[in-house]
Amino acid sequence: MSENHKEEWLYTISPKGKFIDLNFREIWRYRDLLFLFVKRDIITVYKQTVLGPLWFIIQPLFTSVIFTLVFNNLGSINTNGVPPFLFNLAGITAWNYFKECLTKTSSTFTANKAIFGKVYFPRVIMPLSITISNLLKLAIQFVILLFFYVYYIQGGMEVSLSSVWYLFPLYILMMALLGLGLGMIISSMTTKYRDLSIMIGFATQLLMYVSAVPYPVSEARAKFPPTVALFVEYNPLTQIIEGFRYIVLNTGTFTWFGFFYTLIISVLLFLFGLIIFNKTEKSFIDTI
Amino acid sequence: MSQIILKVENISKQYRLGVVGTGTLSHDLNRWWHKIRGKEDPYLKIGAANNRSVASKSSYVWALRDISFELQQGEVLGIIGKNGAGKSTLLKILSKVTSPTQGQIKTKGRIASLLEVGTGFHPELTGKENIYLNGAILGMTKREIKNKEQEIISFSGCEGYIDTPVKRYSSGMRVRLAFAVAAFLEPDILVVDEVLAVGDAEFQKKAIGKMQDISKQDGRTVLFVSHNMAAVQDLCSRVIILENGLVTFEGDTQVGVDKYLNNSEVSKGFVDFNLDKEVFRSKFQKFEIQNASQEIASSFCSGEPMVFVVSVKVSSEIRNPIFSLRITDVNNVSIVTWRSNDYVDEPLQKNQLNDFKIKLSTSGDLFLLDSIYKLSMSILDGKELLDYKDQFISFEILPNKPNDRFYSITRRKSHNSIIFNEAKWDVVNQ
Repeated sequence: MSENHKEEWLYTISPKGKFIDLNFREIWRYRDLLFLFVKRDIITVYKQTVLGPLWFIIQPLFTSVIFTLVFNNLGSINTNGVPPFLFNLAGITAWNYFKECLTKTSSTFTANKAIFGKVYFPRVIMPLSITISNLLKLAIQFVILLFFYVYYIQGGMEVSLSSVWYLFPLYILMMALLGLGLGMIISSMTTKYRDLSIMIGFATQLLMYVSAVPYPVSEARAKFPPTVALFVEYNPLTQIIEGFRYIVLNTGTFTWFGFFYTLIISVLLFLFGLIIFNKTEKSFIDTI
Repeated sequence: MSQIILKVENISKQYRLGVVGTGTLSHDLNRWWHKIRGKEDPYLKIGAANNRSVASKSSYVWALRDISFELQQGEVLGIIGKNGAGKSTLLKILSKVTSPTQGQIKTKGRIASLLEVGTGFHPELTGKENIYLNGAILGMTKREIKNKEQEIISFSGCEGYIDTPVKRYSSGMRVRLAFAVAAFLEPDILVVDEVLAVGDAEFQKKAIGKMQDISKQDGRTVLFVSHNMAAVQDLCSRVIILENGLVTFEGDTQVGVDKYLNNSEVSKGFVDFNLDKEVFRSKFQKFEIQNASQEIASSFCSGEPMVFVVSVKVSSEIRNPIFSLRITDVNNVSIVTWRSNDYVDEPLQKNQLNDFKIKLSTSGDLFLLDSIYKLSMSILDGKELLDYKDQFISFEILPNKPNDRFYSITRRKSHNSIIFNEAKWDVVNQ
C-alpha cells in the first residue's frame, strides 16, 4: 500500500533543491497576489501626503532642470541639437525606472522579513510586483515627457519618428530585466552581508554618471579617456538609455549589435538573479 | 480508514548561535571548499542539543533533531513544549518559511499557516482591502475571497470598521480579522501558532469552535501549537511534546498534557525562600505541603487531607497580620482562597513580634479533580503588603485508585469541571 501512495505526494519539503528550482505553475497560481501587491503599492505610496501622485512628476522635472543648469549651461555638453532640458528629461525618465526597480528589489528580503518569516508564497512575486507597479510611475513620467515634447515641437523643434520605434516596449522590458536581475542578486546577498545595502545608495548614483544619462555617448567618446569611454559604451545601461533617447528623440547612435548585446546581457542577468534569489529564499530567514 | 496526509521524516534544523558577523564569510568559504571536493558539510557534524538555559560550547545548535511523525486526514495535532523547544521552528519548516537542514516532509495537501496575527496587513489599507491582500498572501485566489467576503466580515465581527484603514484598529480587532481570513481559507492542512492569545474570551471561544468545525465537519487537518493547555485539550485528538528539539512524547492528548505539566511544573513539595540575613520587612521564609502523616508531599488523591505550613520571618512588629493562600489551576483559574480575616474568630493574633508558623489543613472535604494546581500567597499588615509569592509552588492531584471511594471522579476532562462536591442525594419516587 505504501508503495502506491508514494507517488501521490503533492510536494516534498527538503533541505536542498535542484540547482534551478523554479516552479512557474506555482507563480501562476499566485498571480492574484501579484496584482494585489501592485494595487497596494500604487494605493499606499503617497497616502497622507498633500501633493500625492504629483511627487511622481516633481522629482524628474527638478532633476532635469538642475542637470540642464549644471551639465549644459555650466559644462557645455553638446546634446546634438536636441533641447538640453528634453534630452535630460528623457534620460532621467528611463534611468528612474531602472533605478527604482533596482533599489526597491534590492531590499526585498530585508524589507519584507516580517511577512516572509511567517507565510510562504513564491518570493519572486515581491520583486515582480515592484517592477510592475513602477511601470505606472514610468507611464506618468512618460506623459510629462510627451507634454514637453509637444511643447518643443510647437516651439519649432524638428523631430522625425525614429525608424526603430517598435523596439520601445523591448527597451522598457530590458530596463525591467536589468533592474530586477541586479536587484535580486543584491537582495540575496544582503541577507548575509549587509554591506551591500549600504553600498547600493551611492553605487546607483555613480552608476548613473557612467551610464550616459546626462550626456550622449558621442560626448563620452570625444572627451573621456579611451578606457572610460569604452566602459561607458559597453555598459548595457548606456545602451538602454541611449536607445531610449534614440527612439524618443531620434538622437544619438543605434546599432543592432548594441541592441542584441544589451538584450542578451539583460536576459542572462535576470536569469542569474532569479536562480540566486530562488536559492536564497529557502533559508534566508535564518541568516537575516 | 483515514489516510496519512503529511509525513515528517527525520527533520533536523541547525542554527548558528551568536552574532552573524565576521565568521560568516570564513565558514561559508570552508563549507564551499568541502562541497567542491565532494565532502560533507563540516558544520553538520558538530552542534549541541537545543537548550536555552545551558550555555553551549559549540557555536552551532540543533533546534530540531530527527523529528518524525505522521498526520492523518482530519486530525488535530497539538504541539506543546516550553519556550525554545523548537515548536515554531517546526512550524516554520512545515509552512516552507525556512528549509530543514536534514530530512524531508511529504505532504498530500496544501499547507497554510496562521503563524502570527495580521501577517501582511498593510496599515494604510482598509479592512476589506486587507482581507483580499491577506487572503492572497495565504494562497487564496481573488475569486475564492470574493465568494467568502461576507462570511469573513461577519465572522470577524468588524463590520463597522470594514472600510476604515487597519491602522485605526485595536490589536484585538486585527487578530479577529486575521483569524477570520485564515479560518475561511481552505487548505488541506492548517498550521496555527498561538494566535488566540490576543483575542477576548468571546472570540477565543469562537476561534476554537471554528477550528473544531474545520477538522470535524470539513475533514481538514490542523496543527495547533499553544501554551494554553485548556485549548489543547479541547481541540486536539493527539499531541506531540517537544523538548530541546526532540520529540519526547507522542500520543493521547490527556496523557500528553498531564505529562507535560508534570514534567515542567510539579515541585518537590517545599520551598525555601533564601532570605538575606537582614530583612527589612517581614517576609515568607519557608513553605511546605504535607500529607496527613506530616510528610512533605507534592501529589495527593482527590479528597486527601493536605497541610500547608508557612514560616514567616518577622523583622518588625506586624500589628494586624492577614495571611491568604490561593489555589489556581493550570489555566490560572482561581479555585479556592483562604484568608485569615475571613473568619469571625481570626486565626492570626494581632501585634506579632516574633517569627511565626501557620498551618492550614484541608480536612478532606476539598475534592479537586486530577490535574496540576499552583499556590499563591500573601501576607499583609492591615492594608500594607509585606510579601507576595505568585504561583510559587505546585502540587498534583492524582487519578483516584480503583478501590477509592471516589474512583469514578477520575478524569477531569469527562467532568469538564474542577472540583467535585459530595452532595447529599435524595431521590423521591412519586
